[in-house]
Amino acid sequence: MEKQTRNIMIVGVGGQGTLLTSRILGGITTDTGYDVKLSEVHGMAQRGGSVVTFVRYGEKVAEPIVEEGQADVLIAFEMLEALRYAHFLKKDGVIVVNEQRIDPITVVTGAAEYPAEIIAGLEKEHKVFRINAMEEALKLGNSRVFNIIVLGVAARHMEFSKEAWLKVIEKTVPPKTVEMNKKAFLLGLEG
Amino acid sequence: MSEMKIMLGNEAIARGAFEAGVKVSAAYPGTPSTEISENIVNYPEIYAEWSPNEKVAMEVAIGASISGVRAMASMKHVGVNVAADPLYTVAYSGVNGGLVLVAADDPGMYSSQNEQDSRCVARAAMVPVLEPSDSQEAKDFMKYAFELSEKYDTPVILRTTTRLSHSQGPVTLEERCEPVDITYERNIGKFVMMPGNAKQRHLFVEQRLKDMAEDSYHMPINRVEINDTKIGFITSGIAYQYVKEACPNASVLKLGLVHPLPRKLIEEFAAQVETLYIFEELEPVYEEQIKAWGISCIGKEIFTVQGEYSANMLRKAVLKEEVSLSAAAQVPARPPILCPGCPHRSVYSVLNKLKIHAAGDIGCYTLGAVAPLSVVDTTICMGASISTLHGMEKAKGKDYIKNWVAVIGDSTFMHTGINSLMNMVYNQGTGTVIILDNSTTGMTGHQDHAATGKTLMGAEVPIMDIPLLCKAMGIKNVVEINAFDVVGLEKLIKEEVAKDEVSVIITKSPCVLIKGLKFEHKCRPVEGKCVKCGMCLKPGCSALTKNPDGTISIDETLCNGCGLCMDFCKFEAIERVEA
Repeated sequence: MEKQTRNIMIVGVGGQGTLLTSRILGGITTDTGYDVKLSEVHGMAQRGGSVVTFVRYGEKVAEPIVEEGQADVLIAFEMLEALRYAHFLKKDGVIVVNEQRIDPITVVTGAAEYPAEIIAGLEKEHKVFRINAMEEALKLGNSRVFNIIVLGVAARHMEFSKEAWLKVIEKTVPPKTVEMNKKAFLLGLEG
Repeated sequence: MSEMKIMLGNEAIARGAFEAGVKVSAAYPGTPSTEISENIVNYPEIYAEWSPNEKVAMEVAIGASISGVRAMASMKHVGVNVAADPLYTVAYSGVNGGLVLVAADDPGMYSSQNEQDSRCVARAAMVPVLEPSDSQEAKDFMKYAFELSEKYDTPVILRTTTRLSHSQGPVTLEERCEPVDITYERNIGKFVMMPGNAKQRHLFVEQRLKDMAEDSYHMPINRVEINDTKIGFITSGIAYQYVKEACPNASVLKLGLVHPLPRKLIEEFAAQVETLYIFEELEPVYEEQIKAWGISCIGKEIFTVQGEYSANMLRKAVLKEEVSLSAAAQVPARPPILCPGCPHRSVYSVLNKLKIHAAGDIGCYTLGAVAPLSVVDTTICMGASISTLHGMEKAKGKDYIKNWVAVIGDSTFMHTGINSLMNMVYNQGTGTVIILDNSTTGMTGHQDHAATGKTLMGAEVPIMDIPLLCKAMGIKNVVEINAFDVVGLEKLIKEEVAKDEVSVIITKSPCVLIKGLKFEHKCRPVEGKCVKCGMCLKPGCSALTKNPDGTISIDETLCNGCGLCMDFCKFEAIERVEA
């Protein structure tokens, strides 16, 4: 077991399923014997706003949040959100980004512009792993599991076994969706 | 072996209530407190309800306590203001069965209209306050709160914050203790707070606080951790975790009871450390007291009274570490917005077209204040929309409010809107009130209320008839309309605001996020018809995106087929198809 606390962030747009993803992460860390703390966003910010969830695990975890410059893995469900939180990464931190663009209201109304070439920009500074998870999810026949595909890609950068992941997914997601979510996860993990 | 479970702070508070043998729980939903009741309802041993507002919830809990069982009320910080009246007086009466108020503060205002510190209310009400610092303590302190409540004959406040309530951590589960059932005996000196009795109880309250302060020296929830004595912290709640993260070798006095304070313990600790820091989020509640005792310490001189704290804050301000951070990218903000298919957007798009101002209220629909809808002009507190509109009329005359309405959600109307509307009728107002009835308490995550026909525990009950209620107040103009009937709504609003009478328009359409709702349609652009006028983008639906060539796309995973964009398109360039 790693002694050093590992810091994971999940960022996205309210409604994209960051809570479910962080709960799977929380589950796997305790299943494997770590101390863990998770911090979530509920309430108004969830309504299509920028949301961030922190997961910290290690031998003993004190604070529940990941601070700037400390994240080992940044899991981004949307490109602009990856850019917004990239400065939370450690120097050797990894970004897993879903190539989805969701325009914030400031862009819809013309008050701001959606930044161009986000991923190319991030690649200059960080190790970036990209996936068009929505496209992959639609191929599986269920657009809602895109977040689990992204989690599968991120799992490549964490030390937990495939079996442990599948076990915790089974425990965490609604019973009817277990098979679909497992399939989605494996698609992300194994490509 | 006892079972361990990862729990949200609020889930742990609920577990603590269960293990403490609580029999009655009452609450009104409000971020960050809502999940407490949503978890309590999973324990069938506890009667749990959504009350119409926090005052009622507090009184329900008080009644249960007087009858002799353990009872609780939970609410967000601003809800404590609503419950202040019973709280301040039950502080005098004291309890029979243990009584705990869970007050959830929101440092950083993730989902609130102010950043008040409930501990200030507790001090003014002379009620003790416990502050847990993680999920395990949230559970343990709940149980301890009930013990203190019964031992000292006092209501106890358990104060949580957003970060604690909405963080998860491991919790060791224990059995439910045998619920107390204390015999009720008539005691008007204690439970009838008329002046003669209250004068006696005030003396009792003052003595109670002194006794608790004295005893708190030995309370296990106040903990001294002596390490390196160069730096010492007095801290509590989630702030303790930041201290442990940034300064694991510092000495710490961790307060579990933050009011009243263990003076002797604090003095002893202060004498042991070279530099003493007071690290508490929001107001300098114990810092001021500690300074008043002449103890030298540093607090709000270097730590803010606003927002959340962090470990980096300590690294910079106390350890003087150079925390080298890369700059945040300059990116467009992504504020929360109304969901695609939200009925509020439809109503607001009509108000925007008619250039009507809205006195607003608390709910998702507060988001109508910002562009592009820009309809809501005021938001103060729960229920204030109707009364502020009435005040405007009384100040400036009935013609002044001909281009104003009040907008209020169904749950907020049940909370404190009803009495405001009664006042408008009674005092000869002429305002137009739009009740945005989406059949739920939306923003907090879909809780039931008296007008939804279901209780927190899942019982089917008669639906409070809002139109009939309004008519019973003597209002003649009460009209229900589908929120998406933009043509009918436009006509109706014009007619009603023109009248010199109170009018109530009830726009009905369920919140799109209500579980189990199925949407049969989706909207999509019709090939070759778009003239790039941008009208469909005006209501600000996030399912719509402008393409580089000026035409639009509709995200089919987001669209619920409400058709509002079609109403705005004059060229039939958007069609509705089966989902």
